[in-house]
Amino acid sequence: MKKNLLRILILFLSYGFSDTDHESQIDSSIANAADIQVYDFNYLELLLYTKSEKTYVVNFWAMWCAPCVKELPFFQTYSTNNPDVEVLLVSLDFPADIESKLKPCLKKKGITSKVVLLDDPDSNSWIDKVDTNWSGALPFTIVFDNKKRSFHEGAFESLQDLENLINKTINH
Amino acid sequence: MKKNSRFFTTIVLLSSFLITVNTNAQERNGPSPQGKRSGPPPSGHSPEQTKTLEEVGGYKFGEVGTDFKLKNVAGGMFSLSDIKNAKGYIVVFTCNECPFAKMYEDRLVELHNKYASKGYSVVAINPNSSSENEKESFEAMQKRAKEKGFPFVYLVDDGKIYSQYGAVRTPHVFLLDKDRKVQYIGAIDNNAKSAENVTETYLENAIKALEIGEKPNPNLTKAVGCPVKTS
Repeated sequence: MKKNLLRILILFLSYGFSDTDHESQIDSSIANAADIQVYDFNYLELLLYTKSEKTYVVNFWAMWCAPCVKELPFFQTYSTNNPDVEVLLVSLDFPADIESKLKPCLKKKGITSKVVLLDDPDSNSWIDKVDTNWSGALPFTIVFDNKKRSFHEGAFESLQDLENLINKTINH
Repeated sequence: MKKNSRFFTTIVLLSSFLITVNTNAQERNGPSPQGKRSGPPPSGHSPEQTKTLEEVGGYKFGEVGTDFKLKNVAGGMFSLSDIKNAKGYIVVFTCNECPFAKMYEDRLVELHNKYASKGYSVVAINPNSSSENEKESFEAMQKRAKEKGFPFVYLVDDGKIYSQYGAVRTPHVFLLDKDRKVQYIGAIDNNAKSAENVTETYLENAIKALEIGEKPNPNLTKAVGCPVKTS
């Protein structure tokens, strides 16, 4: 009896530890995808500017936006091919849907890029702060480093379209 | 046995502790504060434009919004000129399935009930309607209008009217005055998710401005919305 309980204890403990280990060992981008933060715009805005030389690609999307979901794999592939570029997917879905819908959706699509959720209903107050050219329609993408910035309203037709925008923005 | 049960309790306590620690680790909030924030936009390098608003097209303020003849869910065709003694027109591009459009259905019903008698009717146009999309088909629109008891017309945009107006998302409002001149473009209010927490009723304020012969201010607002399907 005691032996059995001991076995259970070890099982529980090893579960706890292995999970923690798993967390720390796992590729940070995968951990991020499993861990979706909810931000208001003040927080998110910090992620829309950089002082570093790095290139950032930020895509605003939502599960209910069909063209958004269709172009997600382009961002994923780009991110995999360009690990030095920071890709951030900003979901405008509802916080209540994170566990039940958003995570399963990302898993199904094989998206491991970083995802955050923007929950800030007064969108008129922040759309222009993302980019004055943005109408508010999804999807919307911005590309920037510490010197240059550009945007794209609407979905990309292909991975190459996305690459073109990024190359055009940063390398010229 | 008593010892055993105590032993078991310890296990449960220990494991729940471990799980809690783990969960807390996952719930870190916000980006780590890295000293001073770098936004708002540093002046000096403005966004490089790949597409200007002019290229998107659509009406500018004061331009006359086109009339149309579109199929209505209640049967027959509908034109703005069918509204007699109109003082203005609340033209809303919306659709069945977009969550942001849905969140505004009740508010549109309310607005129409409040302002139609004063000469401002809601005219809802679905730019995403397509016979290929069963959720946005004419029949689905009829069903939705019935379910929600739309007191206003709900029209199929088979004439690409959205493109002439410059509607790019749903919902997207164009408030026209009695001469059909565009006076306000944008959002209905400043909180899509919660009608109770609205602090700016942009559209209603714009209507009130027209009623007293003034220009709406602001006359252009933005909101997150679903893209208008442009194909």
